[in-house]
Amino acid sequence: MSFLRQAWAVAAKDLRSEIRSKESINASVAFALVILLLFSFAFDPTSDQVREIAGGLLWLVFAFAGTLILNRSFARELVNDCLDALLASPVSGAQLFLGKVIANFLILLAVELACLPVFTIFYNVHWTQSIWLLFVVMLLGNWGLTVIGTLFSAMTVNLRLRELMLPMLVYPMMIPALMGAIQLSSVLVSGEPLAADNQIWFRVLVAFDVIFTLLSLALVETVLVG
Amino acid sequence: MRTKLIVLLSALAGGLLIWNLHTIFLRVPDEASQGAVFRVFYFHFPSAVTSFTLFFVAMFSALVYLRTRDLRFDAAAAAINEVAFAFATITLITGMIWGRIIWGIWWAWDPRITSYFICLLMYFGYFMMRRAVDEPHRRARLSAVLSILASVDIVIVWKSIEWFRTQHPGPVLEIRGGGGMAPGMEAPLFWNCVALLLLETSLVLVRMRQQSIQGEIESLRRYVHAF
Amino acid sequence: MTAVAIEDVWKYYGDYPALQKITFNVDRGTCLALLGRNGAGKTTLLRILAGLSRSSKGRITIFDQDARAESTRRQISVLGHGIGVYEELSAMENLLLFARLYSLKDPHKVAMEWLERTGLARVRDGKVREFSRGMRQRLAVARAFLHHPSLLLLDEPFTALDDRAIKVLQDLMKSALAEGGTIIMSTHQLREALELATDVALINRGRLAYRGQRTREMLEDPGWLYRHYGEA
Repeated sequence: MSFLRQAWAVAAKDLRSEIRSKESINASVAFALVILLLFSFAFDPTSDQVREIAGGLLWLVFAFAGTLILNRSFARELVNDCLDALLASPVSGAQLFLGKVIANFLILLAVELACLPVFTIFYNVHWTQSIWLLFVVMLLGNWGLTVIGTLFSAMTVNLRLRELMLPMLVYPMMIPALMGAIQLSSVLVSGEPLAADNQIWFRVLVAFDVIFTLLSLALVETVLVG
Repeated sequence: MRTKLIVLLSALAGGLLIWNLHTIFLRVPDEASQGAVFRVFYFHFPSAVTSFTLFFVAMFSALVYLRTRDLRFDAAAAAINEVAFAFATITLITGMIWGRIIWGIWWAWDPRITSYFICLLMYFGYFMMRRAVDEPHRRARLSAVLSILASVDIVIVWKSIEWFRTQHPGPVLEIRGGGGMAPGMEAPLFWNCVALLLLETSLVLVRMRQQSIQGEIESLRRYVHAF
Repeated sequence: MTAVAIEDVWKYYGDYPALQKITFNVDRGTCLALLGRNGAGKTTLLRILAGLSRSSKGRITIFDQDARAESTRRQISVLGHGIGVYEELSAMENLLLFARLYSLKDPHKVAMEWLERTGLARVRDGKVREFSRGMRQRLAVARAFLHHPSLLLLDEPFTALDDRAIKVLQDLMKSALAEGGTIIMSTHQLREALELATDVALINRGRLAYRGQRTREMLEDPGWLYRHYGEA
């Protein structure tokens, strides 16, 4: 129980600083909107074809906007050497990591929820029939992105060229989660019911989330202390 | 000692490769439906199998580093990954050549080729990250973690790309080795795997020696600057 | 009673040994001044003691336990070059956060108490961003003492502080010592450090050059130690 309580203390701290400074939320929402706009020049936003690729668009936007949040996640601990203060405290690396994942997850979710209506209006898609399923897909996909992203944020925090390294490392790693989320979202956004062969993507998403959550929790102490 | 081993391994690899080339080009007949180009498969498949194997061997070496904190295992992991990367690139290129002739396009989004490409991107990140860390133990630690994550991810990528592509019928042909090949055509495939493995091992040893020299130079520099 | 036992500790950065064969003990209730030039390895040793870094070889026991054990970290306090508090949070929120991380019983009460002891009660809801340098430093001190540590690891504690913060810190260190706490501080400001120190260790190029009690001649002539045991 105290494992989660301390993790939550870290998450609450991150959320509170983020709500005050709004650094990553503002940047990430603005960036997401710009990408949504740019996509409209890449193809005809009113054509029917859009529905087929809508899921892909949506998740590319989320993944791009997400790295802005993830870049800040551990970088904000560098000011005043706060990371050392946290690591010297009784919280374990795993707790610290979990707290950060929770905070990033919620921040990214907020960004996604802000983008979704804009996306709907811009590209005239109808997802309302399957809103709950879409929400589940968002939660699962989001968790996958934030777990991997937060671990790489911890890995790259002290590196030269941190801002360049993170996206380069993170996107190839995220591919299975993105594929699953894109497949499911495309079906749901186009208003079709989920067919049986789509179920497998739920399994991919869940497996990705579980495997990488456990792996990250096991490895993060090695990343942070040594 | 090390030099002799390297020379011996490369000689073996070279001899075997020449003999294999002889068999592949002069002995094995053209394949019935694909013609001459199917011969690229004799290099495509062995480099694919061996490079994948090497990526996993590198992961184990990284795990051993995390256990022992002995930098030699990190050096081994890095060298193995570099060689594996080179051969994964060969896999990709030979795959593309084959696709160009058979399907008429360089890049057909074949699931296995796509997986290889993702794999290359991941390990490209691995090498970039190694360059970005100066302190050898930190570099070793972070590379080990990255190596583990990448190896696990590759398996998931591999499976899910297969599912992804089978749902999008495209110009995808099944080219699994084994079953479809005539008995006389299979042996060179196996022998080329052996040849490439020998070649790769000697390359890994060469790279490791270069690295240890490089490490020596770096620490000498540190000494000079420290005092 | 031994508080910290350092046994044959080595730290390599690659092939370069930053610490070599460091062995010494620190008894409970003593204040050790860790002396040495810049780059001698003081910070490296302190980071290893704090569990922020791992030694390449050797053993460190703190209160008979591993340095990175959770129960050890609960009793240690680290005050390094950075102040370790968050700019976006208020003084109160910062202390509350650390009180929670150390799972103290009544976070609010403890936080308030330390704000008062460091003279920050008036600005408890002010954001650290708006604080003056001196106020930040006092908050950092409050953050470090909050959980009543029995081992204090201080890296150059007096270097960046203003007079008031130095006074606050010195008083707290004295009372910690009086209560049986142990202090290890790295420093090159000899006079301030030596006044408080009961013991001295000198590190020279990663090796332990001297370890002993602080003597009267050191206090009278702070350069004495360097002349006798340091490099020329």
